[in-house]
Amino acid sequence: MNGWLTPQSSIWWAVLIKCGLLLFVVITTFAYAMLFERKIMGWMQLRPGPNRVGPWGLLQPLVDAVKLILKEDLTPKTADPLIYRLAPFISLVTAFSVYAVIPFSEPGPGNVWAVGDVNAGILVILAITSIGVYGISLGGWASGSKYPLLGSVRSTAQMISYELAMALSLIGVLILAGTTSLVGIVNSQAKLWFFIPQFVGFVIYVITAVAETNRAPFDLVEADAELVGGFNTEYSGLRFGLFFIAEYINMLTVSCIATLLFLGGWNAVGGLTMIPGIVWFLLKVAFFMFVYIWLRSTFPRIRYDRLMAFGWKVLLPVATLNLVITAFVVAVRG
Amino acid sequence: MSRKKLYNVGALLTGLAITFKFMFKRKPTIQYPSRKKKHAPRFHGLHELRRYGDGKERCIGCELCSSVCPANAITVIGAENSPGDRRSPGERYAARYEIDELRCIFCGMCEEACPTDAIVLTPRFEMSDYRRGSFIYSKDRLLVPPEAGVGLAPDDRPNGIPSDLGSVAEIKSTVNTDEGYDATWRGTILKTQTKGLAG
Repeated sequence: MNGWLTPQSSIWWAVLIKCGLLLFVVITTFAYAMLFERKIMGWMQLRPGPNRVGPWGLLQPLVDAVKLILKEDLTPKTADPLIYRLAPFISLVTAFSVYAVIPFSEPGPGNVWAVGDVNAGILVILAITSIGVYGISLGGWASGSKYPLLGSVRSTAQMISYELAMALSLIGVLILAGTTSLVGIVNSQAKLWFFIPQFVGFVIYVITAVAETNRAPFDLVEADAELVGGFNTEYSGLRFGLFFIAEYINMLTVSCIATLLFLGGWNAVGGLTMIPGIVWFLLKVAFFMFVYIWLRSTFPRIRYDRLMAFGWKVLLPVATLNLVITAFVVAVRG
Repeated sequence: MSRKKLYNVGALLTGLAITFKFMFKRKPTIQYPSRKKKHAPRFHGLHELRRYGDGKERCIGCELCSSVCPANAITVIGAENSPGDRRSPGERYAARYEIDELRCIFCGMCEEACPTDAIVLTPRFEMSDYRRGSFIYSKDRLLVPPEAGVGLAPDDRPNGIPSDLGSVAEIKSTVNTDEGYDATWRGTILKTQTKGLAG
């Protein structure tokens, strides 16, 4: 049987090739997102940023990776060995698997710019990213030491409080688009990007996204100043690297979601359709990554009780109100 | 703090505007190994033992530098010149001359005390090394070689600074005695940097 290139098997080959390509692209993007962050942060702090390795510091991610790989891999005596080793992989695998359903550009006839075009894409993404919390929580818990434990307790509480408001802020978009397919949502933004009618939802999404990915000023889970790195205190070498990769890929993920749901995905700005959709998509994602870094270098870490108060007493009620009003308006206008 | 202040969105935007503006500001970083800060011509750096025009050592082994040194960094052991092999014009010369650069506080008192202007401080400052022992400079590294151009100030020698003084030889480029000295005021350095975003 020559089953290698039948029409049925060629679909699987296409998926496999797409996965490989995507893995490579995402990892490379992660590496340069890190350099991008260090450069931008440096400039904002009146420093030039990394510029010694390669021209303009472009080889810095490579040497960072080599450094992480060569470092000693330590496991504390008090740690639960199995869960301690498993946790970084939970974080990383969930972070990567989200990209299976994210479409990067307009689907052509018979092909999609994604590994799989799922008709409930946004729900799949929300489901997968929720699992990612387990990596952080279990990693901190299994380290068997006090700072990681505090970090993971904080992460659990923070995730619960902010995931709720995040999901509510997304539902407004789903109501306007009338679909949960990511391609469908982007196509329904051809005329008007959703961040205009859903401005409140957009702002809430950006705030909760920063909190969800544990980035400054909501980085209480890591909190280098008080928790010595939080959940990842005991991790070293490549295992720490996996958490690190997962954090940056999560940043990319929420930037992608914000682009798809609020900034019109691959729709061109000002009718400039000669530039391909993928470029627009990447530009918008890059803009979000910049906003992330901008926030980090501007705001100090928020106090823990204020973080919770803000999540429950401000974001959640506002998101609910936004949802009710959106639903009402859509129902009235038919 | 009042509730009004707690959710002061305007203040947040002001903060963002400030960081955004700073991103495009000129960076005060000096790209050190490739671009070196100018030092004053009389900067107190690494020591050097000089010679007379006829190649004889200036040091006469009087140990005044050693006794004036507030950090006890200098060891001098003098010896009598023999008529057949006169190292210095005087009766005595320094058989051993050692400076512990880790103890030295670079105050320049040795320079002041020296009756023959034998010991001087050069503007060289790049002395890093891997072992403590390497910081004890003896005559082989302190004494100016005879062909280096004698009697001149350290940076006026025709062939520059000799290479056998180790990795510090590059310093010549940082001190330009013709242009004079404009370096200690930080603002001046910023003006002389050509690129805005350094690197």
